[in-house]
Parts: sequence; structure tokens; C-alpha cells
Amino acid sequence: MTSKLEVRAEGENAVVIARSFAAPRDLVFDCWTKPHFVKQWLTGPEGWSFLVCEIDLKVGGQYRYVWQNTEGVTMGMTGTLKEIVKPEKLVSSEIFDEDWTGGEALVTALFTSDDGGTRVTQTVVYSSAQAREGALASGMTEGMEAGYQRLERVLDEMTGRKAS
Amino acid sequence: MTESERLDATFTALADPTRRAILARLMESDASVMELAEPFAMSQPAISKHLKMLERAGLISRGRDAQRRPCHIEGEALKEATGWLEQYRNVWEGNFRRLDALLEDLQSTRGRPKRDN
Repeated sequence: MTSKLEVRAEGENAVVIARSFAAPRDLVFDCWTKPHFVKQWLTGPEGWSFLVCEIDLKVGGQYRYVWQNTEGVTMGMTGTLKEIVKPEKLVSSEIFDEDWTGGEALVTALFTSDDGGTRVTQTVVYSSAQAREGALASGMTEGMEAGYQRLERVLDEMTGRKAS
Repeated sequence: MTESERLDATFTALADPTRRAILARLMESDASVMELAEPFAMSQPAISKHLKMLERAGLISRGRDAQRRPCHIEGEALKEATGWLEQYRNVWEGNFRRLDALLEDLQSTRGRPKRDN
């Protein structure tokens, strides 16, 4: 069973993304902060995968994500960790290489224990209302019609791996 | 207003729960300020202020009838704004479904997940 994803605009320049996961908080936190986990899920739209996924998990440390699509187009992002309260809270500033969001976005992720699972509430504060729209024009939002076929492949791969 | 300014106004208008409730009510049928004020336990001036923001955002229009000036929901602006969020939502839904699968895998096949506390 999958939990309902909540996405809403907040104020003039923020977006809130919240969802619950059927796993303990420290495990969800690990999936958010350890590269070998992050690269298995934070791949965005169909056709993209990680080329670089590095995280220096300390206050002031940086993370660097570079994605590549099947046509070889790359997209990079650098984040700086501002606050780390394991396994409760992560605050960071993020900026895409192409800077289509007109400056850094401040991202706060809160991890709360929720009915045997974990609820993650991510607030992304863009530098302006225009910047929030810039996120729309990003490569991350292109070609999404492909839907969830990728998920099925991942599940198949995992089932296959388990069997072997 | 430019396209960008209009989208800003739309998001600002949608950020308030009372205004979203007003839109939900108007999806059923057009209504006057008095009819809208009733279920919200708010004064007519307060409702009028919300309506002005919704009108500025292009989310509603007001009728010409001088007495009632019925409010009418404008579907196109709403579609534009929710379409933006819909795309954003799709990306995150895709990410999170993969995370669901990963979390399930970590908890079931490895017994105890490897952690470095």
C-alpha cells in the first residue's frame, strides 16, 4: 500500500512535499543521506539516472548530484548542508548548475514518527515567486507522461535479484 | 499582468484555506457575496477581500448584475496552476515509489538494515 503524496504551494515562493513511508525513521533518514541509497530512488523522471552522487554528511558539507538521461544530456545540482539533526531534520541550500530557479533554494526536510512509519515533510523555499515557476521549466519536469513503468522494472529487478 | 505575474497571483490566491473553500463552493454553482459569507462565519467585507484576490488572480469573475454580482469560477486559470503542481507532484511520486520499494527491500531481504549509528 502506498501513502498519499501531498504537494502544495505555500505562501508566495514555497512548495511543500509530504508523504509517509512504511519504515522506521532512522532507515528513511539513511535513504535520504547515504549516496548508495539516494542513487536508487532520487532519479526524477523516466529516463534519468545518477552519474554522480556524493554526500559529505556534515554541517557545511556539500552534496553533488549529476543526472544523465538516455540521450546523454546531463543536469547537475550542488547542495550545502546547513543543519543535521539525525534522524529528525535536514536543512540545506540547493542550486542547479543551470540555475533556472534564480538563485539558491532552501530545503528543510522533517522526519517524524507516524503510526509505525515515518512522515517526511519537505519545504522548498525558492528565492522568489518567479523562481518557483522556474522549477517548472526544469529538465526534471519534462517527459513525465511515461508514468510509472520504471517502478515496475525496479520491482522486477529486485525480485530477480532476490531469487538469484 | 504578464503570464508570470498572473501565475504568482494565482498561487497567492490558492495559498489561503478560506479562498480554496470559496473556490470549492463555486465549483458547485455561482454564488453572491452574501451566499458565500454564510457558511464561513465571516463578514461580507472580509469575504469581499478574499474575492478581490481571487478575481485578480483570474480564478473567478463577477457578474454584471448590480445587486448580486454573482461570482463565477474560471476553470482555465485554475487548470494552469494545478497543472504546474501536477507535474511537480509526478516527479516526486515517481521518486517516492522507488523509495518505497527500496525501504521494503531493505527491511525484508536484509533482515536488519545496515546502519552506522
